[in-house]
Amino acid sequence: MAETARPQIVLSDALVMQTPPLADWLVVAPLVLGFAFAALCLMTRKNTAGQPALALTGLALMLASKIGLFVHVLTSGTVVMAMGRWLPPFGITFTADMLGATLALATGIVGLAVGIYAVREADNTERRYGFYPFLLMMLAGVACAFLTGDIFNLYVWFEVLLLGSFGLLVLGSRPEQLDGATKYAFLNLVATTLFLVAVAYVYGLFGTLNMADIARKAAEMDQVGPRLTIAALFFFAFAMKVAAFPLNFWLPASYHTPRIAVSAVFAGLLTKVGVYALLRIFMTIFPGDRVDLAVAIGVVAAATMMLGALGALAQTDMRRILGYLVISGIGIMLAGLALGSATGLSGTAFYTVHSMIVMTALYLLVGVVGAKTGTFDLARAGGLYTQMPWLAAIALVLCLSVAGLPPLSGLWPKIYLVKASIDVGVWWLAAAILVSGLVTTIALMRLFTLAFWRPSQFEPGEQGVIGQAGTMGRSAYPILIALTALTVIAGVYPEPFIKVSDRIAFELMQPTGYIDAVFGDGTATTPALTVQ
Amino acid sequence: MRTVIFGSIAPYLTALMVLYSIFVLLRGHNEPGGGFIGGLIAASALAVYGVACGVSPVRRALRFHPMAIAGFGLFIAAMAGMFSLFAGVPYMTGLWIYPTVLGVELKLSTTLIFDIGVYLVVVGTIASIALALEERDRG
Repeated sequence: MAETARPQIVLSDALVMQTPPLADWLVVAPLVLGFAFAALCLMTRKNTAGQPALALTGLALMLASKIGLFVHVLTSGTVVMAMGRWLPPFGITFTADMLGATLALATGIVGLAVGIYAVREADNTERRYGFYPFLLMMLAGVACAFLTGDIFNLYVWFEVLLLGSFGLLVLGSRPEQLDGATKYAFLNLVATTLFLVAVAYVYGLFGTLNMADIARKAAEMDQVGPRLTIAALFFFAFAMKVAAFPLNFWLPASYHTPRIAVSAVFAGLLTKVGVYALLRIFMTIFPGDRVDLAVAIGVVAAATMMLGALGALAQTDMRRILGYLVISGIGIMLAGLALGSATGLSGTAFYTVHSMIVMTALYLLVGVVGAKTGTFDLARAGGLYTQMPWLAAIALVLCLSVAGLPPLSGLWPKIYLVKASIDVGVWWLAAAILVSGLVTTIALMRLFTLAFWRPSQFEPGEQGVIGQAGTMGRSAYPILIALTALTVIAGVYPEPFIKVSDRIAFELMQPTGYIDAVFGDGTATTPALTVQ
Repeated sequence: MRTVIFGSIAPYLTALMVLYSIFVLLRGHNEPGGGFIGGLIAASALAVYGVACGVSPVRRALRFHPMAIAGFGLFIAAMAGMFSLFAGVPYMTGLWIYPTVLGVELKLSTTLIFDIGVYLVVVGTIASIALALEERDRG
C-alpha cells in the first residue's frame, strides 16, 4: 500500500501573512481599552474615591483612540483587522469604514462627557455596585458594534451593551426604575431573540456570518423570497430596538427612570446602534431588498417622527419630553434609509451624529435644571433665566438645534433629507420631516419658556425633592459648553461635516468598496485550503 | 446540611475539585475541557465548601471578593490578545512557546492565558452568585 503523501498546507490561503500596520490596531483599541478599564474598575470598586479617576482615564484613552481611528480611516480608507490571523470569512473581522469610525468617534465624545458629569452624580453606593464597570462595558459594546464586520459578532456586542445598560438602569433600585427596567429588558430581549433568529437564517442560507461575504453572496443570489424574509425580520428586530412606531412604547417608559447621566448616555447612543445596524444591513448587505421595503420603512419613519414630536408636546415631565424627542429623531434617521439616495443617506449620517451629541447635551442640561429647581415637572419648574442666564443661553441653542433651526447642526441634515424626498417625489415624507420639526420646535419652546422664562413656581424657602442645588451646576458647565460648541460649529461651518457624511453616503451606496476592503484587492475568490 | 460527616469531608472534597478544575482547564486546548467548564467545577467546589462550613470561611479563604477575581480574569483575557502586537500579527492570534522544564516540553500559549482569564471570570461570577444565595438562605 502506497504511503499517502502528507498534504502540504499553504498558510497564505488561511492566514493573514503581512504584518498589520501599527495604526490598524486602533480598530481594536476601543475593545481592549474598554474591557481593560472596566475590569480594573471592577477589581477596585470598593475604592469609591479612586473610581472616577480610573474610569475617566479609560474614557479619555478610548476617545483618543477613536479620534486616531477616525483620522486613519479618513486618510487611508476602510481599516480591516482579522482576529486571530484567520482570513475572512473564517476569522471575525473588525472593519472600520467611514460610517463606523464616525459613529465610534461620536460614542467616545458622548462617553467622556457623561463620565465627567457622572463624577458628581453617581454616589458611593452606586460606585460600589459597579456604575463605572457597567458604563465602560456598555461603551465598549457600542463602539465595537459600530466596528465589527461579522454579523454574529454584532449580536454579541448588542448583548454586551444591553447587559451594561441593564446594570446602569437598575442601579439605585427605586421602584419606578425597576418598572422601567422590566419593560426595557423584556422588549429588548424579544428584539435580540428575533435578531438572533434572523442571524441563524442568514447562516442557513449563505453559510457565512461575515458581513462582506454575506453581501457578496446575497448579490449573486437570484431568489428574492428567502433574502427578503431575512431582511424583513432584521427590520422588525431593529425597529423594536430603535423604538420605531409602533414598537416605541418601551423607550418613554424607561429612559426617564435612572440617573440623568445614564439617561443621557442611553439617549445618545443606544437607539443609534440600531440605526447603524439597519444602515449596515440594508445598504451594505441587502441593498436589493431595501428597495422592496422602502415604502414600509418610509411609512414607519414618518409615523415615528410624528408620534415622537406629538408625544413630546403632550408630556409635562422634562425627561419624558426628551424621551419622545429621541423617538422623533429616529424617524428622521430612518427617512434617509427609506430614500436610499446619496443625499438622503448623507442626511441620515449627519443627523445621527448630530442627534448623539445634542440629545446627550439636552439630557445633561435637564439634569442641571432638575438639580437647580428641584423638580423635573414643567408645571413646577421656572425662574432659571434670572438665576443662570448662561445656562438659559445654552438651553436655547440646544433646543433650536434639536428642532433643526438655523444656524445649528440640526438644520443641514434636515435640508438634505427634505431635498432627497422631493427629488424622488415623496412629498409626504418631506412634509412629515417639516411638520414634525415644527411640532418639535413648539414642544421645546414650551420647555424653554416654562423652565427658564416663567418666574419660579416655588414659595420662597421651599425646596424641590431633588435638592442638590449648587453642586451640579458648575461641574456640568464645561461639558455643556463643549457639546453646545460642537453643534454651533457644525451649524455655522458645516463643510467638513458634510464632506464626511457625503463620503459615508458614497461608501454605503457602493458596498463593493466594503467587500473589497475585507477580501483584499477584490480579485480574491472564496479562500479555500489549497492542497498541493 | 451542616452534618459532621459532610463538614469534615468538605474541605478535602473542595481541594480535590479545585485541583481537578485546574487539570480540566489545562487539558482544554486539545481535549474536552477548558476555562469555562474548569471555572464551573471550581465554582461548585466553593459552593460545596460554603454549604458545608458557611459562607464566611469561603470568603476568608478566597481573600479577594469573587467579583474582583472575575474582573482580573476579564483583564488578562483582554490583554492576552495584546501579545500579538509585539509579534506583528493581528489581535488575538495564538502564539506558542515550547520551553523545556526538567526534561518535559511545556506547550505555553497566549490562548492558555486567555483560557485562564475565562476560568477566573467564571469562578468569580458563579461563586459570587452562589455565595450570595447561600448567605440569603441562612438569613
